[in-house]
Amino acid sequence: MPSALVFFTELSAAPSKGQRELLTLVSGFENPAVAVANQVSDEAQQVLASYGVVKLFTASGDAPVFGQHEISVLDAAVQATAAKLVLLANDNFSRELGARLAVRRNGAIITDVIGISGDLVATKDELAGSYSVQARATNGTLFATLKPNSIEDAPAASSTALAVEELALENSNDAKVRIAAAEAKGASDRPALTEARVVVAGGRGVNGDFGPVEDLADALGAAVGASRAATDAGWISHDAQIGQTGATVAPQLYISAGISGAIQQKAGMQTSKFIIAINKDVDAPVFEIADLGIVGDLAKVLPQAAEEIRRRKA
Amino acid sequence: MSEESTTPLKIVVLVKHVPDVQFDRHIDSGTLRLDRAESVLSELDEYAVEAAVSIVEANGGFAAGHEVIAATMGGKGSGNSVKKALQMGASSGLHLNDDALAGSDTIATSKALAALVEHAGNVDLVITGMSSTDAETSVVPAQLAERLGFAQLTHALAVEFDAAQRELAIKRDHLDRTLTLKANLPAVLSVTDQANEPRYPNFKAIMAAKKKTVTELDLAAIGLDAAAVGALGSNTEVIAAEARPARQAGTVINDSGQAGIALVDFLAEQKLI
Repeated sequence: MPSALVFFTELSAAPSKGQRELLTLVSGFENPAVAVANQVSDEAQQVLASYGVVKLFTASGDAPVFGQHEISVLDAAVQATAAKLVLLANDNFSRELGARLAVRRNGAIITDVIGISGDLVATKDELAGSYSVQARATNGTLFATLKPNSIEDAPAASSTALAVEELALENSNDAKVRIAAAEAKGASDRPALTEARVVVAGGRGVNGDFGPVEDLADALGAAVGASRAATDAGWISHDAQIGQTGATVAPQLYISAGISGAIQQKAGMQTSKFIIAINKDVDAPVFEIADLGIVGDLAKVLPQAAEEIRRRKA
Repeated sequence: MSEESTTPLKIVVLVKHVPDVQFDRHIDSGTLRLDRAESVLSELDEYAVEAAVSIVEANGGFAAGHEVIAATMGGKGSGNSVKKALQMGASSGLHLNDDALAGSDTIATSKALAALVEHAGNVDLVITGMSSTDAETSVVPAQLAERLGFAQLTHALAVEFDAAQRELAIKRDHLDRTLTLKANLPAVLSVTDQANEPRYPNFKAIMAAKKKTVTELDLAAIGLDAAAVGALGSNTEVIAAEARPARQAGTVINDSGQAGIALVDFLAEQKLI
């Protein structure tokens, strides 16, 4: 079994679902190691040990230079472990780190991975989920970014002893990208869109009012998504956008409300396990891929469903 | 106030021809490569062309000596994406046209494109879309920055260029924040579909594009061996590709007042609540 390393920008004592999936995946390889570009609390170290991770590399740093500290940490950890497989999150920042380092070390990069076998064959979806592809590295270290909701979260049966090493970083000569300002985005109590088990999404048909979509989402403990028409109209933040130019989601359950299901939208959600669609237009293309289609007014159907869920849970 | 004269900018916009997403797309079961027969300019590259032309227009226009070179790589058909970019306002085209490029992964693609940018010479700014609409890796811009030693300003939600300082500022989402990032040229910039509103070429622009020059080069002309690109120059290989069975339509019901309950019944049946 080859050795493997996971990289995180930061890791709290309550790792995200995607981070837990990465820890589960790495624990199946030889000498599972983790590198974090920030301080890792004792509680977070215990979480790592609970997944069978044996080695933690850290180096905290707070340079006002975008991405430089993170790539230095990743580079140093890859050198220190000689890992054959380096796993990263699937967000833009992490995949760019992996891609840059793959160039620097003449290795391989595969994004949007949903599984990796013991002999390092990666499985991923292509063409918006219409193909399943298997690929592998032909040279050097394999850098792979893992799509959330791909792997069953499974801590190890018993905790391991975790060795911690502070990395000594070399100065990098990367072209400087300065962080001139940082603005916090509104925090939400709902699960992250790409990691959520359930997503409720609204489109043009919500007519400016995401209230019924959000209400059903909260009854289900779901994330809220939107079509590009809805985000372009300014009804909801661009962060909620699902589709070709937004997030790609693959939850257990996707509820589509007032979205016609044009091809760009489908591209972002058609690998969901179950799809329920509500639309006024009987000819909406979304009905072609929905397990349950409801021709009706979302402003009536969604509140009724939310109320019924709360009634049954009570 | 007199208009300051700025040093002319040399901008390369990378464009890609991709299978039209409006139709069924296929991976060839023999070669395991994408069927590129019905290809068009990747929709997301239109934002890159618009960003380049806007920067020129805001800084004295093409009359000030700025250049926007629409560049692509691939076989014969890939030149169509350059034509569309010229109609949108790019000043010239550059086509790395070589059959040996087929099957390049991001490592080989970024190698070829970096060599093409270096061949173009003294390039200040490389602009791309946020992702291709076929492979959708969105990592080639970062790899180009790495190879060229340029600043990496990617996934821009908004772009501002300060000609006097030769400095770009972008907004980008990162973790739970929106960052303003600044860097001096030379830089690689990738723009999202939030960054601008691409223009539709009018008749005049379409006619003008026909007079613009498109230079075709092969790998030898930019100093690359065929083995540096394509499958041989890639560090990954696809070993299997299987079409997923198409999703089937399930039950469709008309709401006669109880559809919300039916929805919850479905969730209970499938053990989703």
